[in-house]
Amino acid sequence: MSNLVEIRDLHFSYGKRAILSGLRMDFPRGKVVAVMGGSGSGKTTVLRLIGGQLRPQKGGVNVDGQIVHQLKTKELYLLRRKMGMLFQHGALFTDLTVYENVAFPLREHTDLSEELIRDLVLMKLHAVGLRNAAPLKPAEISGGMARRVALARSIALDPELIMYDEPFAGLDPISMGVTANLIRNLNDALGSTTILVSHDVKESFMIADYVYFLSQGKIVAHGTPQEMMVSTDPYVKQFVHAETDGPVPFHYPGKSLADDLGLGARR
Amino acid sequence: MMRSFLTSVGGGARDYVESVGFAARTFFTMIGLSPGILRRPRLLVEQLHIIGNYSLLIITLSGLFVGMVLGLQGYYTLNKYGASESLGLLVALGLTRELGPVITALLFAGRAGTSLTAEIGLMKAGEQLSAMEMMAVNPIQRVLAPRFWAGAISVPLLASIFSAVGILGGWLVGVQLIGVDEGAFWSQMQGGVDVWKDIFNGFVKSVVFGIAITFIALYQGYEANPTPEDVSGATTRTVVISSLMIWWLDFMLTALMFSK
Repeated sequence: MSNLVEIRDLHFSYGKRAILSGLRMDFPRGKVVAVMGGSGSGKTTVLRLIGGQLRPQKGGVNVDGQIVHQLKTKELYLLRRKMGMLFQHGALFTDLTVYENVAFPLREHTDLSEELIRDLVLMKLHAVGLRNAAPLKPAEISGGMARRVALARSIALDPELIMYDEPFAGLDPISMGVTANLIRNLNDALGSTTILVSHDVKESFMIADYVYFLSQGKIVAHGTPQEMMVSTDPYVKQFVHAETDGPVPFHYPGKSLADDLGLGARR
Repeated sequence: MMRSFLTSVGGGARDYVESVGFAARTFFTMIGLSPGILRRPRLLVEQLHIIGNYSLLIITLSGLFVGMVLGLQGYYTLNKYGASESLGLLVALGLTRELGPVITALLFAGRAGTSLTAEIGLMKAGEQLSAMEMMAVNPIQRVLAPRFWAGAISVPLLASIFSAVGILGGWLVGVQLIGVDEGAFWSQMQGGVDVWKDIFNGFVKSVVFGIAITFIALYQGYEANPTPEDVSGATTRTVVISSLMIWWLDFMLTALMFSK
């Protein structure tokens, strides 16, 4: 099976602070691949590099045969029409209704009649269970519903690649389960490829075909969810079983408490 | 010591040149993408309504009071020299050449400029601009350009209304309240105000102010870091930079237009 997205020797840094170093990842067509790791591990940066919103210092991202950072603006925008992205908090346009938000990409990129756009929008909203919320403004719906509207918007153009940035963050258990099922079902129904960035182990393992674990900008482990569940890698073990003790320190690295309190000097 | 001083001065100069270059690039990109508005004129009309129409009340009321004060102060001064019949001319020249364009621009920066900066800054903070980019829609074309042209069109129209209402305010105080001869008020104005030199030049000033303020407001919002303190700082910067820019441009344009 060919890969829709391939990442090779990817390096990215903000100034002197390295975020990603030497990543190599494959995202096969039709699969749901989860990219997991703690906060600040570089997960969202990977999505932004795939979408061409950031440029790598070294290496590259290949999407559907095109090296993203080498594309001209027009070519990049054409490639993005094949992508859908769900942002962490939905990023709905607050001045538009739910209906208009989902209609937005259709109006921007197609010459479809308003009748056809209406049918498509209602179908997409129906798929996420929010057809009856069409006339509401984003401020009138809950966070979980906003996430589902954003999901409907991201699949409006039936993209080949759908990227999810922390889709479960801040959701109640019911919304979390609903969202997880939606991600899997939409991927299978549309025949698309899904990249799921998350740190929610249960939901991600439930729907993912393959998992990458990122820590401090490097891949520390990868495999199927089943393999990860029984992994003996200290990082994966700590992460998957939510252990407080392990390779990930609780305290931000720096001086010790004794040094800060001046206890070392009194000795 | 000396080396660190030079490094900091050099770094500051480099950052300044970089930011000016980036602003210029954004401006020309926006101008280049502006024909896209023709495909969706509704976006421009919406912004004209929000930016222009909602500023109408404050502009009209301010114009009326400025005209009234000008009529009152002008009468006191002119009357000392027995030239109170020239009140209409003084009010009209003061408003069309200077006060109309300048005060409208300052009010516009406070009323619409700040709202534009906050709106764009919050859109950025809410990842709406990023979402737009990921949907293959250029936010400079979709968000910035319609607002820019709406501002550039609104300011000269608002300045014209400001001046017209201001003249009525001057007439109200000078003629109706104080009793200056109505015929003299209007005929002196008609004879002394030149359509091209005074009215047109004032109009050109307001076009330049409109372009400058709207771009400053949009750019500050677009470049703000997506944090509450940065959006708030960008809103303040819009007012400060716009105000200083208006005074500087006013001086330059006045020197160019009215020097002999």
